[in-house]
Amino acid sequence: METLALGTVLGPLAGAIVAGLFGKQIGRAGAHWVAIAGVALSFILSLVVFKQIVLDSAPTHNASVYTWLVSGGIRFEIGFLIDKLTALMMVVVTFVSLMVHIYTIGYMRDDPGYQRFFSYIALFTFSMLMLVMANNFLQLFFGWEAVGLVSYLLIGFWYQRESAIYANLKAFLVNRVGDMGFLLGIAAVLLYFNTLDYAEVFQAAPQLAQHTIEIIPGYAWSVMTVICLLLFIGAMGKSAQVPLHVWLPDSMEGPTPISALIHAATMVTAGIFMVARMSPLFEFSETALSVVLVIGAVTALFMGLLGIVQNDIKRVIAYSTLSQLGYMTVALGASAYAAGIFHLMTHAFYKALLFLAAGSVIIALHHEQDIRKMGGLYKYLPWTYGTFLIGTLALIGFPGFSGFFSKDAIIEAVRASQLAGSGFAYAAVLIGVFVTALYSFRLLFLVFHTQERMDAHTREHVHESPPVVIWPLVLLAILSVIAGFIYIGPMLFQGFFGEAIFVLPQHDVLQQIGAQFHGAWWFMIHGLTGWPFLLAMAGIVTAWLCYQKYPEIPGRIQNALAPLYRLLERKYYFDDFNDAVLAAGSRAIGRELWHGGDEKMIDGVMVNGTAGSVGWLSTVVRQVQSGYLYHYAFAIIIGLLLLLGWPLWSLFGRTS
Amino acid sequence: MMPADFPLLSLVIWLPIFGGLLVLALSDKYTQAVRIVSLSVATLTFLLTLPLYTQFNMTTADMQFVELAPWISTFNINYHLGVDGISMPLILLTSFSTVLVVLAGWRVIEYKLAQYMAAFLIMEGLMIGVFAALDAVLFYVLWESMLVPMFLIIGIWGGQRRVYAAIKFFLYTLIGSVLMLVAFLYLYYRTDSFAILDFHQIPQFDLTAQILVFLAFLTAFAVKVPMWPVHTWLPDAHVEAPTGGSVILAAIMLKMGAYGFLRFSLPITPDASQALDWLMITLSLIAVVYIGLVALVQEDMKKLIAYSSISHMGFVTLGFFIAFDIFENTGSMQGAALGVEGGLIQMLSHGFISAALFLCVGVMYDRVHSRNISDYGGVVNTMPVFASFMVLFALANTGLPGTSGFVGEFMVILSAIKANFWYAALAATTLVLGAAYTLWMVKRVIFGAIANQNVAALQDINAREFLVLALLAVAVLGLGLWPKPVVDVMHPTVQHLLEHISQSKL
Repeated sequence: METLALGTVLGPLAGAIVAGLFGKQIGRAGAHWVAIAGVALSFILSLVVFKQIVLDSAPTHNASVYTWLVSGGIRFEIGFLIDKLTALMMVVVTFVSLMVHIYTIGYMRDDPGYQRFFSYIALFTFSMLMLVMANNFLQLFFGWEAVGLVSYLLIGFWYQRESAIYANLKAFLVNRVGDMGFLLGIAAVLLYFNTLDYAEVFQAAPQLAQHTIEIIPGYAWSVMTVICLLLFIGAMGKSAQVPLHVWLPDSMEGPTPISALIHAATMVTAGIFMVARMSPLFEFSETALSVVLVIGAVTALFMGLLGIVQNDIKRVIAYSTLSQLGYMTVALGASAYAAGIFHLMTHAFYKALLFLAAGSVIIALHHEQDIRKMGGLYKYLPWTYGTFLIGTLALIGFPGFSGFFSKDAIIEAVRASQLAGSGFAYAAVLIGVFVTALYSFRLLFLVFHTQERMDAHTREHVHESPPVVIWPLVLLAILSVIAGFIYIGPMLFQGFFGEAIFVLPQHDVLQQIGAQFHGAWWFMIHGLTGWPFLLAMAGIVTAWLCYQKYPEIPGRIQNALAPLYRLLERKYYFDDFNDAVLAAGSRAIGRELWHGGDEKMIDGVMVNGTAGSVGWLSTVVRQVQSGYLYHYAFAIIIGLLLLLGWPLWSLFGRTS
Repeated sequence: MMPADFPLLSLVIWLPIFGGLLVLALSDKYTQAVRIVSLSVATLTFLLTLPLYTQFNMTTADMQFVELAPWISTFNINYHLGVDGISMPLILLTSFSTVLVVLAGWRVIEYKLAQYMAAFLIMEGLMIGVFAALDAVLFYVLWESMLVPMFLIIGIWGGQRRVYAAIKFFLYTLIGSVLMLVAFLYLYYRTDSFAILDFHQIPQFDLTAQILVFLAFLTAFAVKVPMWPVHTWLPDAHVEAPTGGSVILAAIMLKMGAYGFLRFSLPITPDASQALDWLMITLSLIAVVYIGLVALVQEDMKKLIAYSSISHMGFVTLGFFIAFDIFENTGSMQGAALGVEGGLIQMLSHGFISAALFLCVGVMYDRVHSRNISDYGGVVNTMPVFASFMVLFALANTGLPGTSGFVGEFMVILSAIKANFWYAALAATTLVLGAAYTLWMVKRVIFGAIANQNVAALQDINAREFLVLALLAVAVLGLGLWPKPVVDVMHPTVQHLLEHISQSKL
């Protein structure tokens, strides 16, 4: 198992190093072959691991690879924990990554940074694997920051574009705000558990459930709540939850393959994975769970709404990703961790599919991303259209498609949850279903149906993408259809994750649902009568009416509800606030401290002031050096008197 | 194996000093010979310092490679050298940095090359001496004489305001050091010895006296680190200093202040250190936050890195002075070791990263003759290899895991939470601030479209520049991926120090 694990992570790393350092020597084909070989090896080994751990129920592998540091009596290790949760994540990550690698050959064909791109995505795969395979918080943080780094490099891949290098800096900084909380959470874990090893921490967690901490003197808070909330701040950054979501839409500045891989399927789900991994901690803080639930619900609904007003094909999908991440977060908050991971998996397939299909549209139209300049494309791009339609149906949770199973499971779980905030969350995720269907089909209609709005030149050159692009779409489409049906039973209700996920009996909503679960067919038919299905249908119909049948309606609504529209268009003013208050504010404070503090106060008053007073003192003292001998003689006599007088004074002065 | 009494420390102190004198004698007539001799001396010195690590005994806190010879016996002043787990890594850092500086000045320095190289070689010997000295007078003499070559480097090879900067640097550090001398004299009066280790063992040291001695040391060391509010000399000095001067200033000289806290302040005046630790912690956190914000708005790259240095050094002093709070809260010194060792690693890491960043700015300055951020933009288009290095070092400066910049910050933050949650929280703001000022600079300088003709005309780094940056990249990544071998040598010394300071001298 150790060898398998090492092979899995080192394959992509080797690919990244070779493609990155020797890109020029091995050429373009060399770069993609070496990167793909590394990731393919990784995928195959992940399948072997999956078979052993999940299908053959081999015992959990937990071992250190090397000791990174020993200090203060604590060993910091680099090591692997491979249980069923890890095994699933490994397969999902390496599969999507492999698809994206292959797709990239077609998508980036003409890009001068071809080798660099392959090096980055292989490095990303390595980092993401290190993250999901970690057996301790140190390595988790390593992987966490490393995927953030690659995300930074890839968003800014086209570094000549001002918008791209603005977006990557923004992404890095917003994530760093989350990481600040995350790191403090890790520090708090070390403080209370005196180890960063998962197994030891989880084992000791129940004993700490009753402990309190006074961060603000006088207010005793549960230690578990503090730790979980700090860790969750990290998850909010990486998994783009409100209010740390602002970086994800801008991250679309990166090439489309990485939007699919990093900013939809894998990296952004790291926060979801992390919270599921930390279920033995989160279970002991209902406060933290409630916060997770509410934040997730807010993200799921309000980010979805923004998808309706976007006109950039990738941004619509990006807001959809935000909303879907909100759904996963809601599942975590409701203690339905398995449902969250299940949705993570189905979403990875259909959202990667949607992004890659969108990419196919974008190259077909020569890098046009504005949906107002598309329309009627289904004739020209049949494969792209077919797969995009499958992705859309999966996304809105159409019965039978993968997203249906995972999303309905989440909605059911929230309904069953008793936590504070679950009522609000239930309403939010229900309305969210309507919103999802609305923006998804709006996109589908505007891109593939409706009138052709591109210019004549573009229309002449529209062509279906090459097989190297289509094949990954087809494979992802197949999984987007079947993954839900196959896995709902085992994953949610038959203890798939075993001991990897811990749920207290009083929180176990999935068990309650499972009591009435009679197989995937039953679940599907049952779903046909539920609210989510009706809402999704309503969403599709609304989209059809507004964008296909009566295209003048949206304009009227827009005029009638101008303030609301403006709020959505300005994305609830988050960006404006961050720019005007946080960014400009820090710069203003910095400038004030620099000019006012360093230059005026310290250098002006203290330093030059001191120099000035020394100067003044020396002019005074200079008077004394008059050059007249008798002055000096006089001074000597006074000095002598003082010198002699001092012992006399101390002798008599004290006694009297 | 060398014999146990082989004077290795003396060798690595005097070899560069005599090498420097030889280079001086060669004079500018033989520039190529000057370069070759300088590089040979620096490299040989570096190789000779390696046995300090490989033959270091990691099981003892005692001084090793000790040399002792009477110097001025009337006052019991000795030529006394030795290293422990705190000073040994700093000596290696010094000899490593000097090699880089010699390489970096290879072709760039055209004016008085021999004197330039000689100044750095002589300074190397003196700096190694500072870290190795176990006699207070010897320490003081080396500490002060080290200023002279640096003063000359800034004053002769510096930028336009070099004289102002050189004098400001000299006065600041000199005034600080004078009070240290007074403290030494007082301690001599108490112990009849100038042996630093004897100072550690003063029994019955009343608090007022301790506080006065502590404050005397503080003035000397706080200026060197530098700590807020005595830091304003550093940005000026860096801006005016030639690249090599900035490298040594940032990589080594700033470390001397921090080293002083561990060698003098904490062990000699533990009760005063404890009584005033709130002050030290406050100043450290001000350095992290206040200076981080100031760094954000700098327009000059060197100034930005200088402010970044001050901010990063805040972690070092924070790591040292949270020890007492941790001891009080947890009843053991174990957690404190994490902080102190974190501070030490931060010193080494900052030595690599700040040196690398100053060298990167130097590479650009040599071509464009400007340090202003606004004069650049899109450097990656014309210098892709250089840009890769610069981005790597910038990311290291933001404390990215896998680079050395992460290790110290991580250890100090993990340790600080044991003292007080808010110490850790304020220190952790560097995750955002450090990333903001560093990567914003990278965005404006490295990325983007080619901004002007100067950038369009840039040539990528040559083999020599590549070598210098590659050596630093190896150091930054090596220490980041596997810090254990370096931290392991510190354990006994740090453990001993913490046990020592946990016992009151009152």
